[in-house]
Amino acid sequence: MNQKSSLIARRKQSTNKVAVLFLAPVTVLMIVYIFYPIIDTFITSAYRWNGISTEKVFIGFNNWKKLLSDQHFWIAFTNNLIIMVLSIIIQLPVGLSLATFLDFGGKKTTVFKVIWFIPLLMSSVAIGFLFTYALATNGGIVSTISNLLGRGNIDLLGNPKTALFTVILVICWQFIPFYMVYFMAAFTNIPVDVFEAARIDGATRGQYFWKIALPLLYPSIKSAAILSMVGSLKYFDLIYVMTNGGPGTSTELMATYMYKQSFKTFNMGYGSAVASGMFILITMVSLITMKLMNGRKEN
Amino acid sequence: MDKFKKSKQKSILSWTIAIILATIWFVISFLPFIFMIINSFKEKFEMLTKGVFQLPDKLQWSNYMEVLNGGFLNYFRNSVVVLAISLILLLFIAACASYPLARFQFKLRKSIYAMIVACMSIPVHITLIPVFKMSKSTGLYDSIWALIGPYIAFAVPISVFILTSFMKEIPREIEESAEIDGCGKIRMFFSIILYLSKPGLATLAIYNGVNMWNEFSFAYTLTQSSENRTLPLAIWEFQGQYSMNIPMIMAVLTLTLLPMIIMFIIFQDKLVKGMTAGAIKG
Repeated sequence: MNQKSSLIARRKQSTNKVAVLFLAPVTVLMIVYIFYPIIDTFITSAYRWNGISTEKVFIGFNNWKKLLSDQHFWIAFTNNLIIMVLSIIIQLPVGLSLATFLDFGGKKTTVFKVIWFIPLLMSSVAIGFLFTYALATNGGIVSTISNLLGRGNIDLLGNPKTALFTVILVICWQFIPFYMVYFMAAFTNIPVDVFEAARIDGATRGQYFWKIALPLLYPSIKSAAILSMVGSLKYFDLIYVMTNGGPGTSTELMATYMYKQSFKTFNMGYGSAVASGMFILITMVSLITMKLMNGRKEN
Repeated sequence: MDKFKKSKQKSILSWTIAIILATIWFVISFLPFIFMIINSFKEKFEMLTKGVFQLPDKLQWSNYMEVLNGGFLNYFRNSVVVLAISLILLLFIAACASYPLARFQFKLRKSIYAMIVACMSIPVHITLIPVFKMSKSTGLYDSIWALIGPYIAFAVPISVFILTSFMKEIPREIEESAEIDGCGKIRMFFSIILYLSKPGLATLAIYNGVNMWNEFSFAYTLTQSSENRTLPLAIWEFQGQYSMNIPMIMAVLTLTLLPMIIMFIIFQDKLVKGMTAGAIKG
């Protein structure tokens, strides 16, 4: 008896040793590049520092006080929220419709599938540049079409009223293919039996979609929404390239504001405060949504 | 052919509407690419003097030649080197971590797993300043080597998440019979688990490969001189150089898209599935 338990103990010990060995690289990496930097950013947020000189001035919570009353930051946060809401409202339904079309259409619709997918292959930076020119006042696509209709040039990105919505439409253009492919995968996960049974019972396509497929797709729609939310709050590259947050503050995001504060005007201390604020807000929003969504699942 | 019961007329009507809407989205998806390709073959002022959608007088390959000779291949090489090294290291490290998390029973297993997976929603911007400082103090700043660490670290959470669930599916019996034959846990990983995880690793390679290939924030922050920059920044550099020469920029954009299109043609559905791998959550 005693021998057996000691054998188990020894086995457990060796398992633990191997586990430590295998988890060591990941632990080191995450500490160096994620956990330590997060802490360091919070510490730096208590200093005034230009990022270059060795002189750092400790100023306590001054950066944080400034952040809380910084109109610019809260406008950026609001823009993030607008992007978040509109992304979900536009991207998910359009993505789902495209996926449904491809699912119902089968092989005949392959041409659509291939072309619809291509935007996803392009980097955000490339898309940003492409649309900067494609939406230019002179010689852009929209202006050309508007000229054909006799309405003259349209300046979508230079106008503070339209810039944010234009950028959001470009973001949708970029990510709708992603949700399309995502929902296509979800469609293939619906068992063939379910489809067959619906057909035999005499359901129409519409009934099949609304009454059978949609409820079965609900978990996928939910995680797509979470994904889209977190993504929208972190958004950076495309807007940095296209508008750099302008005109004025009309397309400023938390990330673009943080970047400009830290690496353009070299307020690394305040930039750190912005980054920390962004981190807290994103963590809060994702915790709340996860909780809400999981809570509903349990009921 | 007709799988569903319904009135014929109604079906034709709804399909017509669906196809019209599908065609509209087809045009919206494709038009920017037409714009990009047509104009990349034009001369500097041809685009403005004539219509944007008019075909060029003659195909100006000179734009492409100038871009290719203007350092484009160097950006491309940098991107390939960073991608290859980061990807190999990432797959190895993620596989190492996922193995005990998926197959062992030990005390901290659940909390370590939760900790790693929770990092998926962390924005890169919270780490940007410290990583910038670190790369300066280690002397890696402004070299492609500075990018590898952060690229791997930010790809680890999702990779461990996918790979752990993949390794959990491997049947226990294989492991047990190997253990009876005297195979230790470490040898088991290298000779059995790693081999059986190949499809999962392939998916990860595609998903993370695309993300790393297109990565911008770290590349922009941690490199400075144009000879050390990666492909997404090539567009940036060329834009500075040719800001008024739009056809030239369109040529750069077309060239950066080309490798991805080629990959898409080769791998097709594998690539499509791999790119959404990160989204398949419980």
